[in-house]
Amino acid sequence: MTILATILVAVMIAAAVATSVFKDLMNAVIACAAVSLIASALFYLLDAPDVAMAEAAIGAGLSTAIFALAIRKTERYEG
Amino acid sequence: MDLLGQSVYYVGAVALLLIGFYMVLVKANLIKIMLGISFLDTGVHVLLIAIGYVRGRTAPILSEAMRTSAGGGSPEVVDPVPQALVLTAIVIGIGVLALGLSIAVRVYEHYGTLDAREIRGLRC
Amino acid sequence: MRKAAAVLLLAVLATGLALALAPIPFGQDKIVVANHYIRNGVRETGATNLVTSVVLDYRALDTLGEVTILFVAAVGVGVIFFAERPPRRRPRQAASVIVVTGSRVLFPLILLFGVYVFLHGHLTPGGGFQGGAVIASGVLLLYLARREQTLHREALGVAESLGGLVFVGIGLLGLAISGTFLSNFLAKGQPNLLLSAGVIPIIYTAVGVKVGAELARIIGDLVERE
Repeated sequence: MTILATILVAVMIAAAVATSVFKDLMNAVIACAAVSLIASALFYLLDAPDVAMAEAAIGAGLSTAIFALAIRKTERYEG
Repeated sequence: MDLLGQSVYYVGAVALLLIGFYMVLVKANLIKIMLGISFLDTGVHVLLIAIGYVRGRTAPILSEAMRTSAGGGSPEVVDPVPQALVLTAIVIGIGVLALGLSIAVRVYEHYGTLDAREIRGLRC
Repeated sequence: MRKAAAVLLLAVLATGLALALAPIPFGQDKIVVANHYIRNGVRETGATNLVTSVVLDYRALDTLGEVTILFVAAVGVGVIFFAERPPRRRPRQAASVIVVTGSRVLFPLILLFGVYVFLHGHLTPGGGFQGGAVIASGVLLLYLARREQTLHREALGVAESLGGLVFVGIGLLGLAISGTFLSNFLAKGQPNLLLSAGVIPIIYTAVGVKVGAELARIIGDLVERE
């Protein structure tokens, strides 16, 4: 179980760094959704099923949709 | 190996916090700043739940198959109070995100740019 | 220059966090406050989901404050978007056949699942916030499929206000009956039944409807504002 947690944390940090580096904002928002999804899996591994359900529904679902709608009304590329 | 098992969740949460702070401090695009604020929220949530975890116990949902401790018969579960706090904090986080992004959209309609440096310059 | 100063600040912050987290060992028993909730939770509240009993019985005032914060955020989004200009209608292209047909099949199932989640909040993992978020995801699917229609915003506003009124009304009823605001005054019943745990299922239903309507309104404001 520790191996699984280590792999998940490593992928989460890589996705967070990718969000900071990407210039196309849609790609950055998809990477942010990946971070939220892996955080939801970590909450399940830490014996918190309520919080995992809330993070998956709100963080990985609605938050990504709100970001995508905001990007559609503004610019798509940074800088 | 045991040090890794002790601290991998803490390392992940602190790394998310640091990346979020970096994006808020350094980036100029308003959408990137809002992404950084979202990472700050997620990092703190993971840290709170990791602090409340107890090894060898299970989720705080009682059922007939629950093990109870030897002396006194209280069920062996992890701490439910941080989970209640983080449940509230996740919903507040999306409220803050929706409000911040709507302000960013209005700023773009008014100034024509999402760059934080140019918006400050235009006001003088 | 700015990046160098930021990296230096982050290094100081990382050292401070590492020093603060070192004396907190991972996985050891450090429960102090929650021992009372764990030992007496089922007997005092009737809910077998201990997180629900903490959120809606022992710390119900925090939940009322959090519902208020979400309400203020939804009102803020509405004011920011509709204060100055009326929304312009830009002709959009229609969605494909797969999305339209799939949304017709999936939306009732998503709605049913959301209602199940907040109705069983005191028995299994779930609750009002999770169920409301699932319902808002179903509404988002509707928006993706039918792009030329708008939802009944007045009906969503009425549902949201009714949810908040029911929550505060139950709190005041508790004050009138037992002398404490938001006290659990109905019969506790037998644990693991659907009709148990006093007022907790009623409050979670109100919170689920309110949060679902609010998040659907936020998404609707963002979609319709052109």
